[in-house]
Amino acid sequence: MSMLQVQNVTKNFGSLVAVQNVSMVVEPGELRAIIGPNGAGKTTFFNMISGFFSPTSGRIVFDGKDVTEVPASMRVGLGMARTFQITEIFPELTVRENVLSAAEVAAGQRLHMWSRKPDAARAEQVVAEMLEQVRLSSKADRLVGELAHGDQRATEIAMALALRPRLLLLDEPTAGMGDQETYEITGLIRRLHRDSKYTIVLIEHDMRVVFHLADRISVLDQGRLLAEGTPAEIAANEAVQAAYLGKAA
Amino acid sequence: MTATVLAAGQRPAQRRWLSLVAIWLALITAPLWLPLMGGYPALAGKVLVFGLAAMGFNLLLGFTGVLSFGHAAYFGLGAYGAGLMLKYVTPSTPLAMLAGILLGGLAGTLFSMLIVRRRGVYFAMCTVAFGQIFYYIAYSWNDFTGGFDGLRGFHRAPIGLGPLSLDITDSIAFYYFTLAVFAVAVALMALLIASPFGRTLRAIRENERRARFLGIPVERHIWLSFSISAFFTALAGTLYALLNNFADPLTLHYSLSGYFVIMTVMGGMRSFWGPLLGALVFVVLQDYISSLTVNWMSFVGLIFILVVLFFPRGILGILKRRGAT
Repeated sequence: MSMLQVQNVTKNFGSLVAVQNVSMVVEPGELRAIIGPNGAGKTTFFNMISGFFSPTSGRIVFDGKDVTEVPASMRVGLGMARTFQITEIFPELTVRENVLSAAEVAAGQRLHMWSRKPDAARAEQVVAEMLEQVRLSSKADRLVGELAHGDQRATEIAMALALRPRLLLLDEPTAGMGDQETYEITGLIRRLHRDSKYTIVLIEHDMRVVFHLADRISVLDQGRLLAEGTPAEIAANEAVQAAYLGKAA
Repeated sequence: MTATVLAAGQRPAQRRWLSLVAIWLALITAPLWLPLMGGYPALAGKVLVFGLAAMGFNLLLGFTGVLSFGHAAYFGLGAYGAGLMLKYVTPSTPLAMLAGILLGGLAGTLFSMLIVRRRGVYFAMCTVAFGQIFYYIAYSWNDFTGGFDGLRGFHRAPIGLGPLSLDITDSIAFYYFTLAVFAVAVALMALLIASPFGRTLRAIRENERRARFLGIPVERHIWLSFSISAFFTALAGTLYALLNNFADPLTLHYSLSGYFVIMTVMGGMRSFWGPLLGALVFVVLQDYISSLTVNWMSFVGLIFILVVLFFPRGILGILKRRGAT
């Protein structure tokens, strides 16, 4: 069964049609990149997948279940986690506490009004594992608000991972990063995809990152799906070159 | 608390224990040294009561990031609940406290259920309006609540413990009774804040959107936090009625809600003990300055403004920074 099926979704904001009749199928274990010029509707599309708002029309099926009208906080429980283009973290908590709050939600402990030792130990175990995965173990007790942008982004990814998602949604994971940070985050995403077998959908501007990582690419332009295919197919697609790559070059 | 202590490392942990010991020593010995400084037991009791109310209030403001401008309602309902029980039903202190806690706590629980979807100013305005309803009820219902003059004609009664009886009618004995209740309440709050639930609340305070996308139903958690906070504030209200043997309609008035905000912010809303320190400064200043001038609030207000402008983390924030460097 496909991990994610988006069927003919459309989103209107008043008279503005942000996304028009876009469909997409993501298979388990796939890394899908969504690209497109500014204003192509990528983030709107992403917000519908993650449940930030519902589409005006169309259907979203996650792991065989229709989630079109399911609110964001409940999609997490179904196995969907996302990060944001502008990093969304808990700045005045430590890296450990940030990831811990996610781990506790995933373990169904968010309503526990006192700490229980075995629960706490298990949650700490998850946190240690996630911090290891994003290579932040040495900074676990720093306040996230004091860290560099790349480390904040890695914290956010660790939080998403602590939710034990089957589908990871990353909104421009390298936005606002320098070469070194981009290189590190790209490496992290590749490890998550190749080694840990996460299914990942990401929006990305940086073409090097996209062509380096993606199994398949969906190109949006002016709210419509312009093309879809492997990186090689997309690179050779004339419509894409005209609308997007051509302009960049 | 253990998690944060561990996270903070070894030396801060030691300092934390030292300050805990210092706080409790000061509270336990207050009746001994207070008279030497011109104070009296009821003043110390008042600090504890307002400290407890402000700490309960701070569960919502400091640890969930939600501002209520109507917590006097729950404090006052606690006071009236206790007073009415003692006056009309039974002269039992524990039952009176139970009545006050339930009245104030449940009022907060029901009311907050209605407004958790509002945010910011709208939320705060709703809380003010709700509080004022009870102020005007107490103010106008002369026969039952004593109206403008307040509810009189009740006294805290000795607490029967089987064959023994705990006499809390004496003011020093009542101070220690208040301190014991305070200790239990504070221990519960500390447990709550250190729990996964407490961390979830701080997550909401820090970033509501992120919290939502972690799978936290934000509204339900704000509702729970508000309710718990109202219960603690109502508990403080019952103690206040017992302390004075009197329930004052002004305990329901929104100006007291404002005082809770002032105490909490002045003391330091991001810290656990900050509101107690704020209550201490507020109550002592009020007691001292109001003996000199009726305009005591101008002075407290001036200090409040200075603290907010120059020390946004409150008085405890200043002390902590001193300790750290």
